Amino acid sequence: MKAIYIMWLREVKRFIRSKSRIVGALGQPVLFLIALGYGLGPVFAKAGQGDYFQFIAPGIIGMSIIFTAIFNGMQVIWDRQFGFLKETMVAPVSRLSIMFGRTLGGATVSGTQGALVLLIAIIAGFRPISLLGVLFWLVIMLLIALLFSALGSMVASRLKAMQGFQLIMNFLVMPLFFLSGALFPLNNIPSALLLVARLDPLSYGVDALRYFFIGAATFPIALDIGVLVAVTTVFLVLGSYFFSRIEV
Amino acid sequence: MGNIIEVHDLTKKFGEFVAVKGVSFSVEDGGIFAFLGPNGAGKSTTIKMLTTLLRPTSGTIRINGYDPVTDSDLARKSFGIVFQDPSLDDDLTALENLELHGVLYRVPKDTLTKRIDEMLTLVELSDRRNDFVRDFSGGMKRRLEIARGLLHHPKIIFLDEPTLGLDPQTRNHLWSYVQKLNANEGITVFFTTHYMEEADRVAKTIAVIDHGLIVAQGSSDGLKKQTGTTSLEDAFLALTGSAIRDEASSSLERLRTHGRMWRGSGRRS
Ligand SMILES: Nc1ncnc2c1ncn2[C@@H]1O[C@H](COP(=O)(O)OP(=O)(O)OP(=O)(O)O)[C@@H](O)[C@H]1O
Ligand SMILES: [Mg+2]
Repeated sequence: MKAIYIMWLREVKRFIRSKSRIVGALGQPVLFLIALGYGLGPVFAKAGQGDYFQFIAPGIIGMSIIFTAIFNGMQVIWDRQFGFLKETMVAPVSRLSIMFGRTLGGATVSGTQGALVLLIAIIAGFRPISLLGVLFWLVIMLLIALLFSALGSMVASRLKAMQGFQLIMNFLVMPLFFLSGALFPLNNIPSALLLVARLDPLSYGVDALRYFFIGAATFPIALDIGVLVAVTTVFLVLGSYFFSRIEV
Repeated sequence: MGNIIEVHDLTKKFGEFVAVKGVSFSVEDGGIFAFLGPNGAGKSTTIKMLTTLLRPTSGTIRINGYDPVTDSDLARKSFGIVFQDPSLDDDLTALENLELHGVLYRVPKDTLTKRIDEMLTLVELSDRRNDFVRDFSGGMKRRLEIARGLLHHPKIIFLDEPTLGLDPQTRNHLWSYVQKLNANEGITVFFTTHYMEEADRVAKTIAVIDHGLIVAQGSSDGLKKQTGTTSLEDAFLALTGSAIRDEASSSLERLRTHGRMWRGSGRRS
């Protein structure tokens, strides 16, 4: 229990201390919000789909969470490079609690980043249907954050060097984001694309966010939450296993 | 007394290269064991297998009765380690690094506070406790790693070249503290070093490994007698030859070479 807490605390401290990283990570979502939200809005409205800014804001929040979460999970690679990983590897605590602590920390960090983007979105004109949903928003954001932190650490446990980072960005994070329905509605899209989107856990995260933010969703909310919880559990268990297999 | 470490026919291959070639040895409970050998002999590789960081290719290990491969958590509860390579979190302060360690090793809170003070005093870092590790010099980082390694009192302590890059004062403090731990708490010590006088002074038993094979075992006097030499350094050279190993490339390595040059003229006569 305390091991989980101390691993969580480490991630949180490192996050709070890297102010430039926090601000830097806000740049991209804000850009997306402005360029897509305002830029594509008129086209979207003409097509009879409603207000694109309202539609895309939850997607962008999801984006900032998944980017921060996976990036944070990749910390495992840095730890390996700088040697700290050995300290956790020989520690007499279960691999699951180390992974869980790390993942909780990464989730706190990326969830916070998502909340900052939400704040900016609201300032920029995003209007959730009811502010009473705030608890649900935070829970869903945290679930998304957990899932992708777990994914990040899991993948990083299999990689030896930071060279793999570009690979992860281009072949994991980008596809997960662009094919998730964060940017476009999942109805009336080609069935191949829909199939891919249905396999992408972020689709369910963003869908759940939209459900609580704007009251519109593609999937049943129970399915959304079920998928998020199940996939997170699988990633955590797999991640602990991969972690236990690391050799230095 | 029984043996707290038992190693039988231990082998580690990295691809085609065999780093450790079927070594067998044991360490008595409460003993101080020095594992000596030239660069690249396989010392660290062996320690990594004993401490669950590497999986052996073949052979058996018992650490406090547990197999590090199958009972890794129980084995991990039995030892503490100071690694040869850096292992601190640079983005935390000295104190935070120690606290993290204390929590991972379940040191009770009041013991931890007391122990942290004691260890920081030992390595003379008390006034730097709230500084970030990234701002520390190489030697200060090394001292902090020593402090962390001795923070909890396990049954066995592994020290992989603990004195590398340390000034003579800290080296002396370290060894007297380690000897005290061994005498008062019966903690078994397993260490490597390239400073023969340290091994001579501290170790009760010595094993010499070269090219992945153990070439001699015994007490310091035993090794001297066996080789017909008068100092452990000469015994070591007689056992391992005087050719320089081609492994010297890492920065730690250069540090060590430096240390040798510095001490070159001060060799005991
Ligand atoms: N992960 C690895 N992959 C490939 N070869 C390795 C690996 N780790 C160690 N080796 C090789 O195994 C041999 C033994 O290395 P080891 O680190 O055990 O030496 P050592 O006795 O600790 O030397 P030193 O005194 O320099 O620390 C060396 O030839 C080294 O290059
Ligand atoms: Mg070594």
